[in-house]
Amino acid sequence: MLTVEDINSYYGKAHILHDLSLSVAKGDVLALLGRNGAGKTTTLKSIMQLLPPETGKVQLKEQDITGTPTHRVSKLGLGYVPEERRIFTDLTIEENLEVGRQPERSGVPYWTREILFDLFPNLAERRSNLGKALSGGEQQMLTIARTLMGNPEVLLLDEPSEGIAPVIVEQMVLTIQRIKDEGVTILLSEQNLHFAKLVANRAIIIEGGLKRFDGTMEELNADPDIREAYLSV
Amino acid sequence: MTAILEVKNLSKSFGGIKAVQDVSFDLMEGELLALIGPNGAGKSTCFNMLMGQLPPNSGSILFDGKELVGLPTRKIWQYGVGRTFQITATYPTMTVIENVQTALLSFHQRSFNFFSRAKTSYLDEAAELLSLVGMADQADRPAAVLAYGDLKRLELAIALSNAPRLLLMDEPTAGMAPSERIELMALAGRIVEERGLSILFTEHDMDVVFAHSHRIMVLNRGELIASGSVEEIRANPRVQEVYLGGGSVFADEGAS
Amino acid sequence: MGVLVAELLAGLANAAALFLVASGLSLIFGVTRIVNFAHGSFYMLGAFIGYSAMQVLPGAIGFWAATLVAAVAVGLIGVIVEFLVLRQVYKAPELFQLVATFGVILVIQDLALLVWGPEDLLGPRAPGLKGVVHILGEPVPSYDLALIGITPFVLLVLWYLISRTRVGILVRAATQDREMVGALGVNQAWLFTGVFFLGSLLAGLGGALQLPKGGADLLMDFNILASVFVVVVIGGMGSIPGAFIAAVLISVLNVFGVKFIPQSTLVLMFIVMAVVLLIRPYGLLGREEAPGEHGQVGDPEQPISPLQSTGKLVVAGILVVLALFPIFDSPFLLVLMTDVIIVSLFAVSLHFMLSLGGLVSFGHAAFFGGGAYAAALLVHYVDTPMSLALLMAPLLAGFLALIIGWFCIRLTGVYFAMLTLAFAQLVWSVVFQWGEVTGGDDGIVNIWPAAWASSTTVYYYLTLVIGVGGIILMRHVAHSPFGYSVRASRDSILRAEATGINTKRIQWVTIAFAGAMAGLAGGLFVFSKGSVFPTELEIAKSFDALIMVFLGGVKTLSGPIVGASSLTIVQDFLSRFEYWRLALGLLIILIVILAPEGLVGSARKLGNRIGLGRSEGPGT
Repeated sequence: MLTVEDINSYYGKAHILHDLSLSVAKGDVLALLGRNGAGKTTTLKSIMQLLPPETGKVQLKEQDITGTPTHRVSKLGLGYVPEERRIFTDLTIEENLEVGRQPERSGVPYWTREILFDLFPNLAERRSNLGKALSGGEQQMLTIARTLMGNPEVLLLDEPSEGIAPVIVEQMVLTIQRIKDEGVTILLSEQNLHFAKLVANRAIIIEGGLKRFDGTMEELNADPDIREAYLSV
Repeated sequence: MTAILEVKNLSKSFGGIKAVQDVSFDLMEGELLALIGPNGAGKSTCFNMLMGQLPPNSGSILFDGKELVGLPTRKIWQYGVGRTFQITATYPTMTVIENVQTALLSFHQRSFNFFSRAKTSYLDEAAELLSLVGMADQADRPAAVLAYGDLKRLELAIALSNAPRLLLMDEPTAGMAPSERIELMALAGRIVEERGLSILFTEHDMDVVFAHSHRIMVLNRGELIASGSVEEIRANPRVQEVYLGGGSVFADEGAS
Repeated sequence: MGVLVAELLAGLANAAALFLVASGLSLIFGVTRIVNFAHGSFYMLGAFIGYSAMQVLPGAIGFWAATLVAAVAVGLIGVIVEFLVLRQVYKAPELFQLVATFGVILVIQDLALLVWGPEDLLGPRAPGLKGVVHILGEPVPSYDLALIGITPFVLLVLWYLISRTRVGILVRAATQDREMVGALGVNQAWLFTGVFFLGSLLAGLGGALQLPKGGADLLMDFNILASVFVVVVIGGMGSIPGAFIAAVLISVLNVFGVKFIPQSTLVLMFIVMAVVLLIRPYGLLGREEAPGEHGQVGDPEQPISPLQSTGKLVVAGILVVLALFPIFDSPFLLVLMTDVIIVSLFAVSLHFMLSLGGLVSFGHAAFFGGGAYAAALLVHYVDTPMSLALLMAPLLAGFLALIIGWFCIRLTGVYFAMLTLAFAQLVWSVVFQWGEVTGGDDGIVNIWPAAWASSTTVYYYLTLVIGVGGIILMRHVAHSPFGYSVRASRDSILRAEATGINTKRIQWVTIAFAGAMAGLAGGLFVFSKGSVFPTELEIAKSFDALIMVFLGGVKTLSGPIVGASSLTIVQDFLSRFEYWRLALGLLIILIVILAPEGLVGSARKLGNRIGLGRSEGPGT
């Protein structure tokens, strides 16, 4: 579904990603693990072309999207949920969803406002409230719902469990499973290994912009050395 | 043990919404006290009131017997309260050591001095603080190029520059990798022991909270709903309901 | 009673053009974060194009059609400007984009001169609305009534567009976070272009609609700019209903001012603004600008340090060369170099508060002109000796800066900038209108140096010693504990306050110090020219300083000197040609596009790239 081949990405002069490759198959939930500064966010931004890689290739369903403007990448079926949530605080929940709305595309899960309100009942109750009146957990839900309005085939989630209460993280686990069941492929970056284990079937560990592990969740579970070396839990 | 901080009946509302209601607690000398709770429970509001960034509607905050309510942040700092922020606040256009020197210059009341050379002021004191947090080797790097974990440590050095007796740390390990989190909190624990200061911190990582705090308070919808030892809080059904959940997303008891 | 109603109606009619221009400016700022200085130029173009179209199109239908043609034409010109200039610099630091729009002003001024000539054009009357209507016995022009009807209609259309349509939702979302809007599949480039079209169209419409009342002339662009900024600030940046209320308030106040206290009309507007901002710092309907919400683009500034021995040698070398200039025996060259030094001092003083302090002032001319007038008035009225006047110029300018700063430090970011501009205009209008004391438009003349300094060479040396001395003093202060506190207050107010630094007071003193240094430059200027005119206090003078700082490079200490020297010399050269503004404007735009870090910043980057650099690149 989504393949990344040998990308190298830079912030200014700083070389962040080194020949990084990964691939996500249809229906996968792939967890991108690694400590802060390892390059997880950069990887997602590079895929989204918010930070186009200098060399290497990003392919979505056989189509090369390297260097394509971000808004076009989004329309091609990549949905992006940033780490900082970045909801539009001066817009209502309904208006936030409207910004994300894109026309239906064939063969791709189609989300409407009502389906999403069903998935996130908290948001339905407060549909005319401004984004800034929401709690952190609700903001996290809204940012996911907003991206789903674009009917993505692949969803990129940047640290969905960061900074929210454990009870909400548990809800998030259920939500991600629901989205996966609808047929959306998911690539998420994460530091919370407990959370990653609950939602993902495959994992990649990066460190210093290099890939250190690529395999199934079971393989990662069976390899304490790798966990010790790069995740230290 | 005596209380270094006594908070009594602290309340704050924003346009009719009660963000913090009637919160009272004591913080003992040498104690590492955690404040946890869901997003929007009022943790940051509490912190901002303690540090003078937000005036409470009512209540009192006694630090070492002195009333802090009504004082600006900078006065509270002069009294000996240091603070680190959830999103690190440092001076990116200065070098690491200059960041600390600036704080030291302020502590020695020299912020308005036009004529001496800042670059050579308080070099030794600054270097000492940097080696305390393990940043001595990066003293001359621009703060803008530091890795996030190092920024957090730099911020700690800055916060210690007034020899504080109380340190307020707002989500000290947010955005760090698990190993860095443990390192930073171990460092904080060492400083508490060596310098006899007290720390109040908020945190979302339950592994960190359970491993490092002496005592935990839980805030929900602006009210303190529980306070006690790690075991007491873990076993508290009300806390499980509003915050901890079933425990599947943090380490099991004894694992950390 | 009837008179009052008639005045009220006249005020409401005048509000039309002001509201249209201000709402366009506010709209463009809201989405693109660009303070489009060229907005007054779009207004002027609206008037000129409307005039030409009305010559061709006959009758009442022709008049209104010509008005629409002008509005759409200006909208399209806005699109061209956005496409050719601003699109190239969206990645540059926000304030650098201002300089580009200033280049656009210069280009449009000369193009208008080229096409329509230097004569003022008398606006045609609107067919069918040439007469007056009697209301409570007082004659009210029918065209005024039409304008009073049009304004709320435009407001309503804009309100509907923004709050009820999908495009409006996207525009509001982009106001907050453009990148996120792009990541959600919206082509923000076209959104920007669309907003620019609409904003420019509104300015053009304003220009065309006021033709029957005011005609068209080449000074319209700057004349409306200060009022528009005042309206936008009072209403709240980005708020269109706010712009409407403020435009009505200012216009009504103005007609009553003309009627009852005619000598203070210009001042009145700024007093109202100061009062509003004291009560509501972000304008009537504006919202607080969270600092850091719209992050600065570009690499973070590198740490600064005092010059090492090599650097000191270079500076000494340059000083020796400067000291040797008189051997060329060219008075022309010495006068030019005197100018260069004075302007450099002025630019460095702005750089001190703008770059080190993060206090972007659009009104630095107030202190330069303030110092100049302080010296001139002292000499003119009490025969003060030159040396004392040169001492008093920075002191009084610094005092003025203390007063203005007291108001301004309450605000941050673009509000701060706008308020400094408004205060500069306040100072200008006091000087301009208080003719009995200041000589008004005729200025103050015959202010010559003391006998011992009257030769060009001696005055050059005097300027060299004082000017360079001032620059070195500012450099020294930058490396003092105060300089550190200034940068700390800019980098992180949160951190500075949490470590005992009184950031507001630091900023206040910064403004006073920078103002005093600008005043010193003004003092030197008066004695070098022998006279002073209100032009030294004008917006254009403040913009000159901004351009020098930005062209040289904001993030470098030597930038303002390089910017000031090169701009002064280029201006001196270009001003021999008839269409020098066109050339200068194009040159400025070109530099902005090609060297977005300024001359020194870009040169340093180039140096780093080819391996001369010593600095450490920014990390993640």
